[in-house]
Amino acid sequence: MYETLSSFAQTGGLLLFVLAFVLVLIYALNPRNQKNFDKAKQIPLNDEDEPDVR
Amino acid sequence: MFERHQILEKRSLLLTVAILVVVAIGGVVEIAPLFYLESTIEKVKGVRPYSPLELAGRNIYIREGCYVCHSQMVRPLRDEVERYGHYSLAAESMYDHPFQWGSKRSGPDLARVGGKYSDAWHQQHLIDPRSVVPESIMPPYAMLNERALNYSEVEAWLKANRAVGVPYTDEMIENAKKDLEAQVDPFSDIYDDFVARYPNAQIRDFDGDPRQISEMDAIIAYLQVLGTMVDFSTYEAEENYR
Amino acid sequence: MAENGTRASAATGTGGDIMFIAAVLVVGAIWSLFTAARAGDPLMGAHAMMFLAATALGAFALVSHLSSGFKSDQSSYEFGVVKAGVFASVFWGIAGFLVGVIIAGQLAFPNLLYFPELPWTSFGRLRPLHTSAVIFAFGGNVLIATSFYVVQRTCRARLWGGLTPWFVFWGYNLFIVIAATGYLMGITQSKEYAEPEWYADLWLTIVWVAYLLVFLGTLMKRKEPHIYVANWFYLAFIVTIAMLHIVNNLAVPVSLTSSKSYSLFAGVQDALTQWWYGHNAVGFFLTAGFLAIMYYFIPKQADRPVYSYRLSIVHFWSLIFIYIWAGPHHLHYTALPEWAQTLGMTFSIMLWMPSWGGMINGLMTLSGAWDKLRTDPVLRMMVVSVAFYGMSTFEGPLMSIRAVNSLSHYTDWTIGHVHSGALGWVGYISFGALYCLVPWLWKRKELYSRVLVEWHFWISTIGILLYITSMWVSGIMQGLMWRAYNEFGFLEFSFVETVEAMHPYYIIRMLGGLLFLIGAFIMAYNLWRTARGDVRESEYARDAGLVAAPAE
Repeated sequence: MYETLSSFAQTGGLLLFVLAFVLVLIYALNPRNQKNFDKAKQIPLNDEDEPDVR
Repeated sequence: MFERHQILEKRSLLLTVAILVVVAIGGVVEIAPLFYLESTIEKVKGVRPYSPLELAGRNIYIREGCYVCHSQMVRPLRDEVERYGHYSLAAESMYDHPFQWGSKRSGPDLARVGGKYSDAWHQQHLIDPRSVVPESIMPPYAMLNERALNYSEVEAWLKANRAVGVPYTDEMIENAKKDLEAQVDPFSDIYDDFVARYPNAQIRDFDGDPRQISEMDAIIAYLQVLGTMVDFSTYEAEENYR
Repeated sequence: MAENGTRASAATGTGGDIMFIAAVLVVGAIWSLFTAARAGDPLMGAHAMMFLAATALGAFALVSHLSSGFKSDQSSYEFGVVKAGVFASVFWGIAGFLVGVIIAGQLAFPNLLYFPELPWTSFGRLRPLHTSAVIFAFGGNVLIATSFYVVQRTCRARLWGGLTPWFVFWGYNLFIVIAATGYLMGITQSKEYAEPEWYADLWLTIVWVAYLLVFLGTLMKRKEPHIYVANWFYLAFIVTIAMLHIVNNLAVPVSLTSSKSYSLFAGVQDALTQWWYGHNAVGFFLTAGFLAIMYYFIPKQADRPVYSYRLSIVHFWSLIFIYIWAGPHHLHYTALPEWAQTLGMTFSIMLWMPSWGGMINGLMTLSGAWDKLRTDPVLRMMVVSVAFYGMSTFEGPLMSIRAVNSLSHYTDWTIGHVHSGALGWVGYISFGALYCLVPWLWKRKELYSRVLVEWHFWISTIGILLYITSMWVSGIMQGLMWRAYNEFGFLEFSFVETVEAMHPYYIIRMLGGLLFLIGAFIMAYNLWRTARGDVRESEYARDAGLVAAPAE
């Protein structure tokens, strides 16, 4: 039980984490998302003082 | 508009779930194996549950926050082994709920303090540390000498410990109060029963005051048992490599 | 479904939130009455009475709120609870720093500052009071206040849950009071930074779930399509702390009317669970939560967007993933199996990268506007805080290397490391946020005095430098003395000789802490005058002159 789990962790686990990291990178660096990010980073700066927040 | 809003709502929940999954992985991989890997705790002889008086002393040790300045973990480094004794084994704290390994040595390590000093030295040192060690920065604990030990809950202490896995027997729980009193009385009627229940327990009036069982009795009984349970002459380090 | 109903009624402030708070008060009152009546343990009796008094006060506040017929303006932000959080932050900050100075003094002058007849004043009881007061009371209130502010502004939505945010605020501070008085009386489960006993832990769990609901509820009703990056960090902080708190505090109470419990885990398993908790209290309470502050307050104060949103995404996910593995580096060379130590060390070193990713993102937000550091002391404080973050997140991975750790562990080097993060990073980013929040919340154009901010900055910076340099010296010195051998092959120093050698550094450390405390008093005065609407006219008149002739 332990042997199989640890051998999976040392191969499959590593692969899985690298894959997940690559996915995050693709999402973050994808030029198609850039427009959204540019909008998002302005959020703190363009809040009016007293909007209706109901 | 409504549909769009729903997707957004789901996204914040999705984000929450994703965070939970990502932060759960590390803990599961590191902590879970410690519970089923048999090699985690070495196979040694001699480690027994604390006697009721030792447990009461341990409660005081925790109450006063001794762990913030004293570790109970000798590392396998040359200077530590020479200074404090054999490096600590996981087995030696297997009944410690919670563990007292500590993280800071403003004072020396206490993992093997048992038997190193006399009861009278401990008593005087706790009452006024600077009267025996002038350079010490330890707080004085004179009140331990005055205060009677409150052990009305002692059976419940043992029961709670059994609930979390310490092998206290029904007999030990039933006799907890008597056992506590027997440990400070070398002439008690149940001397042999007590020693049978807690092998190698030290029996004497730790604070030298027969009028009451004080908190001093309990804390010294605890300090004197620390690190003394395992017989290292029979311990094979190679068999327990982890 | 019920969810819609709750939200509709919460919006009017007369529905689910009142029911929920009333139910908690009733159950709490019954529990504390029962416990106070039956407790064989006088300490538990005292806590039950305190809890009973708190529920009575809560009930009084709730009834008077309802009967006053007060209708809060639902079309505006809920800033009252944020103001309360600012008050609590300043109060607990000063209390926590003060206790820190006292216990630093005890180690420097044991003959003067220990009182044998007052057991609650001993170092062992005051030290948890100090750590909990600065981390959970000061830091926690800063995080609650800023998160309630930031989530509203970046979502363009009023806080969800009617009165629930107030329940979170008062409930959390009740937890602080229970924990703090418990330490003084000797109630502790001895797990560092998780000392409060089982009933306080249960109470915090209820409060924390309410906190999560308020935060999530506000995110859900947001009018902004994006969830701003600061909110991810807040969310990660809230969710992860919930997980850590529940697992690490699993324990069996001696009885329902006893303040004592025994941890579910023992020995080596308990040790790793504790340091998995302890290290991630640093990672998610003191890092993720305060990074959220960085991601909102630095751009806002500098009036520039964050340097790279892409970097913040990569930084976020890698930081929260890697941090959680780093705990075992607190247990190098102990009886923890070696594979776990190696895993912890590996991830601790990897952690350097995302940490510096965050630091670069914070610092570079100022690129093109570095001149503001000269004119805006509040911004400077926050930027220096990020620099301290960079320094201590470099030192951390270094100290997690087993060979380095064999020297540094158990010594004051660790204490110095913690304080460069705590005073420099957490302290300064919090002070910066408070200096921003008070004029914004009380609608003042300016702080009462910028000169006082300068004084605060320089006095406490000198304090921090004294603190961390003295602890480096004393820590490394003690580590080396412990392992020193003489020419005959014997240990050169007895333990107490190493204690004696640290005496001068303990005095310097105490002075450093004292300067930091003085700085906090200056801040409290400045904030108080700002909230009152005062302005130091002379100063601003002079500043106007300076602006006309900036080249000095």
